[in-house]
Amino acid sequence: MENWLLIFGMLAITFTTRYSLFAFPDLRFPELVRQGLHYVPTAVLTAIVVPGMLLPDGQHLALSLDNAYLLAGLVTIGIAALTRNLLATIAGGLLVFFLLRWLFGQLPL
Amino acid sequence: MSRHHEFLQGARDMLPMLLGAMPFGIIFGSLAGAAGLTPWQTIGMSVLVFAGSAQFIALSLLGGGATLAVLLLTTLVVNLRHALYSASLQPFVRHLPKRWRMPLAFWLTDEAFAVVQHRYAETDSSPHKHWYFLGAALAMYLNWQLCTLIGLVFGQSVPNIAAWGLDFAMLATFIGIVVPVLRNRPQVAAAVVAGAVALVGHGLPYKLGLMAAAGAGIVVGVVLERRYRLLQDEVF
Repeated sequence: MENWLLIFGMLAITFTTRYSLFAFPDLRFPELVRQGLHYVPTAVLTAIVVPGMLLPDGQHLALSLDNAYLLAGLVTIGIAALTRNLLATIAGGLLVFFLLRWLFGQLPL
Repeated sequence: MSRHHEFLQGARDMLPMLLGAMPFGIIFGSLAGAAGLTPWQTIGMSVLVFAGSAQFIALSLLGGGATLAVLLLTTLVVNLRHALYSASLQPFVRHLPKRWRMPLAFWLTDEAFAVVQHRYAETDSSPHKHWYFLGAALAMYLNWQLCTLIGLVFGQSVPNIAAWGLDFAMLATFIGIVVPVLRNRPQVAAAVVAGAVALVGHGLPYKLGLMAAAGAGIVVGVVLERRYRLLQDEVF
């Protein structure tokens, strides 16, 4: 029961944030806000990716050479910069990541 | 392009993103039971909430015995970025009736935002770009439900599925979205600052470090953009 309360609460919160500005079609943004919006995806997604690569367990800095998240992340950035192709980036990145984890003996096989 | 074509093109352009989301969805379906969700609650959360990162954080907090209030507050902080996406796309959907704006908002994920924003940035004056939005968003939604189900049904038979590191798929997806955008100094600076603040602030409660990092990156981007513009004005 408590879990359903959680689910409907999350639904309400998630929908409210996503609908927040769609709900006010007459609102016009000042120039400053419009400029800021150009940096939203870059800032938000980088803020998720960088800790994901450097703190794979969410707690401890892992700068060692057996950190597949960091190494494969750097390779993925390289693929993205060279190809600018999303499918190549995601598929190539995943391939390198699992290859590294296999080489490091980090897969639960 | 006709509505039909826009819709299909949106779904097609979403395909790489689906690949990135797939492992993530399968893991969610696999781990939800251990965190205390029944199979129906697991499906219910994917169908009703449809927010990968918030769903994962809910699982980890549920497993740790957090209170409902903490869970919901964390959901709010993690999802605040969607308000920014909403603001960003609002000029393009403002002309649509509510019956369009509400479902499109419900389906507004990181991935849909990235793909749809591209389409709106193209200069052709197609009146049906919201059909593209719908196609992209629905593809993501169906894929997420399917992967939740696959994880729910087959996840138990894969030993240690949590230890495979499938969450790297999300990082690869986000890298694929961000890197092509880093074409000028303000964008690069915004990324560097956001990444640094996120690292320093990762220990803050309720994922507040994420919001601080996003805010810092945006401010730095805007400040630099304005400075470059001033410099250019002086030259001419």
